[in-house]
Amino acid sequence: MNLAMGYTLIRRDEKLLLDAAERKGMKLEPLRIQDLAIQLGGNGFELDGLLERGMSQFQSFYVLRMMEERGTYTLNSSEVLGRCGDKALTTETLFRKGIPSPRTSIAFDTENAIKEMERMGFPVVVKPVIGSWGRLLAKINDREAAEAILEHKEVLGGFQHTVIYIQEYIEKHGRDIRAFVIGPETICAIYRDSHHWITNTARGGKASNCPVTDELNEICVKTANAVGGGVIAIDLFETENGYLVNEANHTMEFKNSIEPTGVDIPGRILDHFIENVRR
Amino acid sequence: MNNECPMCGCVLCYTNVELNELLPCPDCGSDLEVRSLDPFTLEMAPLEREDWGE
Repeated sequence: MNLAMGYTLIRRDEKLLLDAAERKGMKLEPLRIQDLAIQLGGNGFELDGLLERGMSQFQSFYVLRMMEERGTYTLNSSEVLGRCGDKALTTETLFRKGIPSPRTSIAFDTENAIKEMERMGFPVVVKPVIGSWGRLLAKINDREAAEAILEHKEVLGGFQHTVIYIQEYIEKHGRDIRAFVIGPETICAIYRDSHHWITNTARGGKASNCPVTDELNEICVKTANAVGGGVIAIDLFETENGYLVNEANHTMEFKNSIEPTGVDIPGRILDHFIENVRR
Repeated sequence: MNNECPMCGCVLCYTNVELNELLPCPDCGSDLEVRSLDPFTLEMAPLEREDWGE
């Protein structure tokens, strides 16, 4: 079988995947996305499976879509990437599937965005609909701050900032949960502790093991299935009324989660990948 | 494998690296990319773009 891993840079996560492949005796060819040129309507790759680990959402989407057109099994699929890569589409999908999430709206100009924030009640969180690692998130405490931030987005932001994603602020008391779903199972989860309201480990959040209860497993698997299934990292808040799903991520980063959970996450990803390529 | 950090010039020594691997310079913290294994060549890693992430 011809198996490849699409990448932008070999970070520690991708290196762990390559190491796991070697341990399993699996030939997983690193495929640098920047080196590709794909003749549209043509063939020429003859890949049985592509494990997508690109860092650029736009580039990864097109690579996945074109490989799928050529009969390649992709993990995750372009459909999953398209849904998870856009926070508005993710959240809409979660609500439609009955998965509890923070109240969220999108607006398209400053005046209506502020009206929506006031209706929701401050503080609110504004996020770009694409992008991650906790970048360009803003917790907005009042109307004056909203006016300033929205003006900055209007003047300095790219086209994607014309869609204003407004989310109810959830008090998470210093931590949230990142859960890792592979296929039909939540294989492990971590607490991300931080004194800052942004808890991403990319922004300094500290990881520790979070036991996977039946309740946690159920909501995470339901979320992963809602966005199309595969290999999904899910961020959740704990509230008095149960879990709220905040985000579903399509290219999970796991390097900081192996040690606290004791789970071989890259090995499990590859097991799922090879099992599905063979189907 | 030895080379200099293109940002701060400190001499770096790495073993068991992959082509296009992202390596931090331990001295100045710059993100470096392995652009060639033979000869071992380090360049500044590309800057983070707006659609980068998980």
